[in-house]
Amino acid sequence: MSGMTPSKREPLSLRERGRGEGGGGAVPFLTDAPLDLPALLSEARSGDGALCLFVGVVRDHNEGRATVAIQYEAYGPMAESEMGRIADALRREFPETRVRMRHRVGRLSVGEPSVAIAAVAPHRAEAFAACRAAIDRVKATVPIWKKEFHPDGSSDWVDPTKHSEVEGRL
Amino acid sequence: MRIELLHFASFREAAGRDRESREIADGTRVRELWSSLSREVPLFARFPSPPPAAVNREYVPPETVLRDGDEVAFLPPVAGG
Repeated sequence: MSGMTPSKREPLSLRERGRGEGGGGAVPFLTDAPLDLPALLSEARSGDGALCLFVGVVRDHNEGRATVAIQYEAYGPMAESEMGRIADALRREFPETRVRMRHRVGRLSVGEPSVAIAAVAPHRAEAFAACRAAIDRVKATVPIWKKEFHPDGSSDWVDPTKHSEVEGRL
Repeated sequence: MRIELLHFASFREAAGRDRESREIADGTRVRELWSSLSREVPLFARFPSPPPAAVNREYVPPETVLRDGDEVAFLPPVAGG
């Protein structure tokens, strides 16, 4: 066993349970309640000149099949800590921008907001850039999964990688 | 030693359970744990190399050595948003 010992992993007992940052403050990232978009829109302060709000909503089709609902599932504590990591990185990269992120879990109907990202900054360029970076990273690494339900009652787990090496649905 | 193994989404359905406590040999690596799971759960065998894995809620490389009490999860392709 040569040198592969994990060095910095902490046992869970030593770790604060779920940092619950959601990008800032004490509000968790994940919620099973409808997303509070007005609260995100009120994030701007007097020195801010731009608020960029991205809202992802449930679409009625995906890859040629009709969708009636999506069930979102998360590895909750890890999703919260992964979000904290993304928020920390965004703070370093966009020091003048504040980013708030919220994601639904549970079953959502077509048209319901599933994710919301607000980026607030003195100017629009940073707000757009931080908002885009935030949603891209959320989709890439936060452990959240979605199952699409079709009109005939069948369902599929969405697999964004399935066009590469892993074919089909597992 | 014992670890706590969590299953999510398509892996949860394939395994037929969402968590299990599991006895493994000292020095077992993440990759080796995946190999033994693949022998038990046929659908897992479709992933010849381990999918992304988390230990104690952080992504880790497949060569990571597991420790007693670790919370381990193999993650199906994530699809938030």
